[in-house]
Amino acid sequence: MSILVDSQTTVICQGFTGSQGTLHSEQAIAYGTKLAGGVTPGKGGTTHLDRPVFDTVAQAVAETGATASVIYVPARFCMDSILEAADAGIDLIVCITEGIPTLDMLAVKDRLDVLGVRLIGPNCPGVITPGACKIGIMPGDIHLPGKVGVVSRSGTLTYEAVKQTTDMGYGQSTCVGIGGDPIPGTHFRDVLGLFEDDPATEAIVMVGEIGGTAEEEAAAFIAENVTKPVVAYIAGVTAPAGKRMGHAGAIIAGGKGTADDKYSALEAAGVKTVRSLAAIGAGLQELTGW
Amino acid sequence: MNLHEYQSKNLFRSYGLPVSRGIAVDTADEAVAAARELGGDRWVCKVQVHAGGRGKAGGVKLLGSLDEVRDFAERWVGQRLVTVQTGAEGAPVSKIFVEEAASIDRELYLGAVVDRASRRVVVMASTEGGVEIEQVAAETPEKILQAAIDPATGAQPFQGRAMAFALGLTGKQVGQFTDVFLDLARLFHELDCSLVEVNPLVVTADGDVHCLDAKVNIDNNALYRQPQLEALRDASQEDEREARADEFGLNYVALDGNIGCMVNGAGLAMGTMDLVKLQGGNPANFLDVGGGATEAAVAEAFKIILSDDAVKAVLINIFGGIVSCKIIAEGIIAAVTQVGVEVPVVVRFEGNNAAAGLEALATSGLAIDTAESLQDAANKAVVAAAGGAAAAGGNP
Repeated sequence: MSILVDSQTTVICQGFTGSQGTLHSEQAIAYGTKLAGGVTPGKGGTTHLDRPVFDTVAQAVAETGATASVIYVPARFCMDSILEAADAGIDLIVCITEGIPTLDMLAVKDRLDVLGVRLIGPNCPGVITPGACKIGIMPGDIHLPGKVGVVSRSGTLTYEAVKQTTDMGYGQSTCVGIGGDPIPGTHFRDVLGLFEDDPATEAIVMVGEIGGTAEEEAAAFIAENVTKPVVAYIAGVTAPAGKRMGHAGAIIAGGKGTADDKYSALEAAGVKTVRSLAAIGAGLQELTGW
Repeated sequence: MNLHEYQSKNLFRSYGLPVSRGIAVDTADEAVAAARELGGDRWVCKVQVHAGGRGKAGGVKLLGSLDEVRDFAERWVGQRLVTVQTGAEGAPVSKIFVEEAASIDRELYLGAVVDRASRRVVVMASTEGGVEIEQVAAETPEKILQAAIDPATGAQPFQGRAMAFALGLTGKQVGQFTDVFLDLARLFHELDCSLVEVNPLVVTADGDVHCLDAKVNIDNNALYRQPQLEALRDASQEDEREARADEFGLNYVALDGNIGCMVNGAGLAMGTMDLVKLQGGNPANFLDVGGGATEAAVAEAFKIILSDDAVKAVLINIFGGIVSCKIIAEGIIAAVTQVGVEVPVVVRFEGNNAAAGLEALATSGLAIDTAESLQDAANKAVVAAAGGAAAAGGNP
């Protein structure tokens, strides 16, 4: 078991024939992901990476039965691409692209909530169920099928957490990068709920960062709903207020969203927190007794 | 992206929001001419910098004669204004905004932001205008009125009316405020703002609702579709190294410490800084080289880090996902060869092509220290920055 994706998940790629779409589709196929084809308007009827290219997502869904789509199109076209996927009946949309205008995401998120469609991202590494399905830009070889659920706002920080759980032999059930934007499609609490219900997930690693209140909301959710052990790390203790630290969402504004606030909220919810990025694996061992 | 007050007020005016007549000038002579053109016998002169706290720092004055206007402009043009928000170095003043003075009966607050928790643009108003609104929000949150804007329908008049009545406005002011509310929300959406603030929004002695200040921040991600706003960018208000990094697709934020950091990924960059601090060191900067770093971008990143004289050691932490550690290694070698480096450099590579990257560094003949693990890298950098002795960790 796993969450969101497994070996049976059929995936299409929007922006399939572009450089990013091509690079990461090749790697997904090599990993064993059921990537059935892709969409590039105007290139329908051709083939790319030995797979069919369609003009529209609706055609791709009708022909391949895909339930998931990964988006690599440039930021200015993402609102259109996400809504096209939702309109075509895709259940799980994974948007890797960084730099989507915030007001676009407000409208997109509102619409997806009405339609009941899940979006992972934008500005994220994607989702991987090790050994089964890789959707996104994460390096497949650092993962190991296993029992830890990983959820994170940051790409390379996720890799760091994943590597530690792999090195210690625990492996991962599923890893979800929810992205570093102010308005993500999926929040920590959504993924935590899925991990809680997933029999394959025995413990959870949550990697947050400064900005917003998603970690505080997650803490409240954990206190009420999560019985599995949770280890959390928050990046940005040293970040100054008012300065955007790379991610559009990583800014301490009006004194809110500091790492210390988030650590306090998580600790109050019974979460094991670690202050060092290098101590995530050790924290997990200490908490679970593995 | 931040705008100056005079630029924000021009946008306000084009959306029908009531602002005072004013003229932005570059010299003392122009300031006097502007005051003459505006007429009257009292003017408000404001230095134009991208920072709050101007009034307390002496950058905003109500002046009663043309000589005072001249003195103010001569005092400030070409100088730097230090406010609580600028840091000790201050912000350069190149423009003065000369505005007709308004007579004030009441001061209110009006603002709009993207609220992440409710995933709405939220317009906020308060009777506590003219003061630190963060303080009001923290101490007396009930004094901040909020209206969430539905992305499908936009702002509605009833929301503005409810706010107006709650603010204690009466008569014609209710209609005036509702118009301000609707125009502000329309401006926010159409111009892709991330923040709009009117502090204070005032009721004048004549009983009219009037925008005495204007602050507009634009979502950088949307500038591609707002070329008229992109043209308003004032690069002199931005940190020079941060602006240069931006040109190369790098994210750089200057900090106060002495260990230069180069990392791929914003989260990992913050995590690396935190680890340096935990080890008793002090990071000199945040620098994310991004996922698609080229050799040239890495070389530029290295030069930007070294251009900070406070840097006593450099820590490079790369977890190669998309980016190949070998490309990073080649960028480092190119930069060190071009500009030279006199401080210790500690490198930790992991992931994509890590072994090849370490091999390239080892055979380059350059004095670069490689680390076994993240922890080891942070330790080595902290020790190196402290002059090779045990990590001291103190302030630079």
